[in-house]
Amino acid sequence: MSPKAQLKAPWLKIEPRREVSRGLLYATPPLAVAFTVLTGFFLFLAMGYDPFLSLYHFFVSPLLSLYGWSELFVKGAPLIMIGVGLAVGFRANVWNIGAEGQLTMGAVAGGAVALAFWGEETALTLPLMCLAGIAGGMAYGAIPAFLKTRFGVNEILTSLMLTYVATLFLSTLVYGPLKDPLGFNFPQSRLFGDAALLPILLGGTRLHLGTVIALAIAVAGWVLMTFTIVGFQVRVLGQAPQAARFAGFSGPRLVWFCLLLSGGLAGLAGLFEAAGPIGQLVPQISPGYGFTAIIVAFLGRLHPLGIILSGLLMALSYIGGETAQVEVGLPQAVTGVFQGLLLFFLLASDFLVRYRLRLRGAAAAAQPQAAE
Amino acid sequence: MTFDAVSLILLTVISAATPLLFAALGELVVEKSGVLNLGVEGMMIVGAVAAFAVASGSGSGSLGVLAGAAAGAALAFVFGVLTLTLAANQVATGLALTIFGLGLSSLIGAGYVGIPVPPLAKLAIPGISDLPLAGPLLFGHDALVYLSLAAVAAVAWFLKKSRAGMILRAVGESDISAHSIGYDVIGVRYRAVLFGGAMAGLGGAFLSLSYTPLWAEGMTAGRGWIALALVVFASWRPWRLLAGAYLFGGVTIAQLYTQSAGGLGIPSQVMSMLPYLATILVLTVIAAGPWKGRLNAPACLGKPFRPST
Repeated sequence: MSPKAQLKAPWLKIEPRREVSRGLLYATPPLAVAFTVLTGFFLFLAMGYDPFLSLYHFFVSPLLSLYGWSELFVKGAPLIMIGVGLAVGFRANVWNIGAEGQLTMGAVAGGAVALAFWGEETALTLPLMCLAGIAGGMAYGAIPAFLKTRFGVNEILTSLMLTYVATLFLSTLVYGPLKDPLGFNFPQSRLFGDAALLPILLGGTRLHLGTVIALAIAVAGWVLMTFTIVGFQVRVLGQAPQAARFAGFSGPRLVWFCLLLSGGLAGLAGLFEAAGPIGQLVPQISPGYGFTAIIVAFLGRLHPLGIILSGLLMALSYIGGETAQVEVGLPQAVTGVFQGLLLFFLLASDFLVRYRLRLRGAAAAAQPQAAE
Repeated sequence: MTFDAVSLILLTVISAATPLLFAALGELVVEKSGVLNLGVEGMMIVGAVAAFAVASGSGSGSLGVLAGAAAGAALAFVFGVLTLTLAANQVATGLALTIFGLGLSSLIGAGYVGIPVPPLAKLAIPGISDLPLAGPLLFGHDALVYLSLAAVAAVAWFLKKSRAGMILRAVGESDISAHSIGYDVIGVRYRAVLFGGAMAGLGGAFLSLSYTPLWAEGMTAGRGWIALALVVFASWRPWRLLAGAYLFGGVTIAQLYTQSAGGLGIPSQVMSMLPYLATILVLTVIAAGPWKGRLNAPACLGKPFRPST
């Protein structure tokens, strides 16, 4: 089946919309989710698993307990924080794909502070760690920003290459200088001291202070994009680069702003992981939060409040993947497949936001009216 | 260093370069047609797992190679439907392709971890293959190595001399003019994208069947992204791409050798950073050099096109 033939179907007419359809803009993400679940159903069926039971354990059973809900927010927090930062950049056409690396460097910098104060933590240790985490992520985001603004190097490739470098750097540290001297040679650091750990909000769960901060950051991101000059500049730069140039907005300054903001947020998210659920430095800080946050940003329509919802949904895909692994024996990799499918369907449904499909007959009938 | 040692090193450079060469050559054609497909990593790894699964299931390496190419092309078709037919954002779609490909490959590959696979047949010519240095360097590789070299020549000829290649470049330089004089922009781009997918799949097949004849999750390890960088490095010219791929193969191998030689006291992870750091360095030199105005990037690269009907 040629896709072109499909589009030239005689009874269907495709017209660009004069304006993006607002209603569909917000209706398509749930549509994409529905299609993903449907595809998942057939995927499970094809793989020889009970599709109903698999989907139940993937999407429903994690939400039947308080612990499940708390985990939803624990895993959603980094996704939301990073997603908000990335979304600001994506709006300005700054493609930071290396959030995973910035997250890692944030964890390294903040974790190094925790280990430096090990055994003699004070009330200031944790705030200092957070600052170090932000600084680590920002510094790492500054490399692609510098290369892009100074030499015009594509930030997609540099930020991604730096991710591989960051992972290897963390591994160098936990196999070497930062290895726990009493850790039986395991590649991990000492456990952080109690004062270097994020306070737990709800006994018996892993819900930590960082989740509240993540939600506050999303709200702050909304304020930034909606009510400030910088937010306005970002939107104009993304939608009409020419207009931005005439208005005298500095492109390079905004590139720096976007990469430092998203790098800093990713770095803080990394520190929250190290000082929260993990409690030490290990060779791998996140199960790909930096990459999943890209999907979170798009699924949330690059809108900070939408990103809260999409972040929680993607968090569910991680928890659901784990639950389905335990209960039905599904391989963990199914999470990545779901995440990829979701983004495919979302991008495909965007077509409806920008184009109108009309039956040929109806289009002809509507024409004279449009002319009046 | 003896002759044998030198030829052994050069041999490993060739095999490290071959997967990069396949993937980058495919992407070069895709970008020449004006499309930016960032999903090379995803297509490569799906090619790798498909090739491995089919080869170990059928016992035939050749079938595996075909399956790798077909799987890469299948994933590229998804990219085509989204970006060409539905005019979706190419950057986002390419990323989706990579995330999906990495997930799908480890899903399919879960049952193949630690299983051996029949080796690809080597093309050996008795007598000549036994010559010192030149013999093993020129002969006795997998057929895929020769195919990759032939593909460079073929693509170079196609882009420069053939009529179809001229149309492809026209489509990449100015889609609207090409459309207005009656060329099928979307059709040309579909064919280029499918070719790019098949080539990325071949690169993946070479990885899992020849370079490291086993399946490991995430075994492409960023090679798809390095292939993308190589296209920039080569400033969209096939022969320069060949030089670039072998240069990167050299960096990879140099890193392995210094590691096995005790790493000069440097931790192995630091040595492993070299290919990625080299990529960043190369991209920067390319972008900053005095030649930056003549890079030859296709004018319509990454811009969606919809014919107004």
